Amino acid sequence: MSFSYTNAVDLAAGIAAGDFSAREVATSFLDRIAETDDQLNAFLAVDVSGALATADAIDAARARGEALGPLAGVPVAVKDVLTTKGLPTTCGSKMLEGWIPAYDATVTANLRNAGAVIIGKTNMDEFAMGSSTENSAFGPTRNPWDAGRIPGGSSGGSAVAVAARQAPLSIGTDTGGSIRQPAAMTGVVGVKPTYGGVSRYGLVALASSLDQAGPFATTVADAAMLHAVMAGHDPRDSTSIDAPVPPVVQAAANPDVKGMRIGVVKQLTGEGFQREVREHFQESLDALADAGAEIVEVSCPHFEYALAAYYLILPSEASSNLAKFDAMRYGLRVGDDGDRSVEQVMALTREAGFGPEVKRRIMLGTYALSSGYYDAYYGQAQKVRTLIANDFAAAFSQADVLATPTAPTTAFPLGEKVDDPLSMYLQDIATIPANLAGIPGMSVPVGLDDQGLPIGLQFMAPAMADDRLYVAGGALEAAIGWEARP
Amino acid sequence: MPAISRDEVAHLARLARLDLSDDELSHYAEQLDVILTAVTRVGEVAAQDVEPMSHPVMLDNVFRADVLQPGLTAEEALSAAPAVEDSRFRVPRILDEE
Repeated sequence: MSFSYTNAVDLAAGIAAGDFSAREVATSFLDRIAETDDQLNAFLAVDVSGALATADAIDAARARGEALGPLAGVPVAVKDVLTTKGLPTTCGSKMLEGWIPAYDATVTANLRNAGAVIIGKTNMDEFAMGSSTENSAFGPTRNPWDAGRIPGGSSGGSAVAVAARQAPLSIGTDTGGSIRQPAAMTGVVGVKPTYGGVSRYGLVALASSLDQAGPFATTVADAAMLHAVMAGHDPRDSTSIDAPVPPVVQAAANPDVKGMRIGVVKQLTGEGFQREVREHFQESLDALADAGAEIVEVSCPHFEYALAAYYLILPSEASSNLAKFDAMRYGLRVGDDGDRSVEQVMALTREAGFGPEVKRRIMLGTYALSSGYYDAYYGQAQKVRTLIANDFAAAFSQADVLATPTAPTTAFPLGEKVDDPLSMYLQDIATIPANLAGIPGMSVPVGLDDQGLPIGLQFMAPAMADDRLYVAGGALEAAIGWEARP
Repeated sequence: MPAISRDEVAHLARLARLDLSDDELSHYAEQLDVILTAVTRVGEVAAQDVEPMSHPVMLDNVFRADVLQPGLTAEEALSAAPAVEDSRFRVPRILDEE
């Protein structure tokens, strides 16, 4: 029996009720991966034996009458940037090829505690740097809507795993749009929670002040179920917020936008966005207004500097974070012939182990942080960050949530932007501001362009008001009735 | 004048411990110049009186009680090391001969 098109909420309920077993569900999705992943390349590792063993343990626990976790028996695919004890974690890089971590990320542990079946690790741009998943050292992931096109990135593998129903749920990470943009490109729901809402312990850091893990799902309610399991305070992450998880599941279950003020960000509309993206955005706003929401326009004048600030802050933090890949304690080591010095071995290893985009950003960050340039680049970027946070504060005094198109275009052909960094960076123009300010964002699929490629709409909410995303997202989902499949 | 020269890129690569080839140096010099020219815009706004923001969550020091907690065993910590000797990380020589 195939469960490919059964929602995660229904899978969890059916397993708990004994309508079908966790093993049947795991087998169905493992079969689906086996059938489709030669073409899609969404997975870097598939844990067949581990998934079946977990599923059997869930079935046995149920037979004994034990209480089951909220995700008991539901397969989840995990981006290969979160550590998984006993399962390889490569970050899409040759630097970590074959590395098997000795510990679980807190997100991974939360999944296990909830009874989730970790089905495999998903492909990604190397160290989460990219918007197309073409920067993976292990080959690009392909978009199930058109295998000649990119799936977005950096969490392209996780987005495709859900879009192609290789898994009902998956986890990605979002530093400047790496969950929301691939969600838009593949026609699924993707959420970046409030910064600090989900633990970063065991998330291999790209930019520590921006990174946040979050869920991918085919429905808003499924995303909420996974969000609630992932999130929560973690003493092992000192930036984790010590407050209750926002009531996302309840919000998704009762998505009533009557009286909700939805702010359209003036600076993130217009000519820079593909025609069909603009049209579907406007239709979505009309649908939300019909459902009782009040549409208002807000102005965020400093957003035009967000991309520039981001491409200083991110490389600065990344160059510092990636200094730990020094060929000494774990990962690749190249050129250690007994004669070369430790510094020579480091330089040879990093040259061999890192791909072009990673090297580019390491050098950019090294430059922005070097004495003489620090104030003009990194220092100024941090001030812009303050101005963007202030723009959001003003906007949220006029609106409960903000809405923008998620990405300026639909999925583009493989190879089109791979050696044109600035044009690739523009993909995240609408998603970066939320990371800079630390607020939550969600992409919801709203339609297809003239070529049949998915389009996403982004909602943003104030910090720790993630539940509002699920109200707005749930209402839009209900109004649109999205049923398209790749 | 470009924002960054090829020599500066070579210097950055040394600082960042990247043994770049000549071709890479030329290629990155070109690309970094384009990127730096674009990001220089941050200088157009944000006057003296704007506070820099390093982090979205303003936290004071976060402390925990000073109690022992289980960590990795030596064996686990060494399990992924490129080279091990006598239960320690084995590394290349750290001093130059000259």
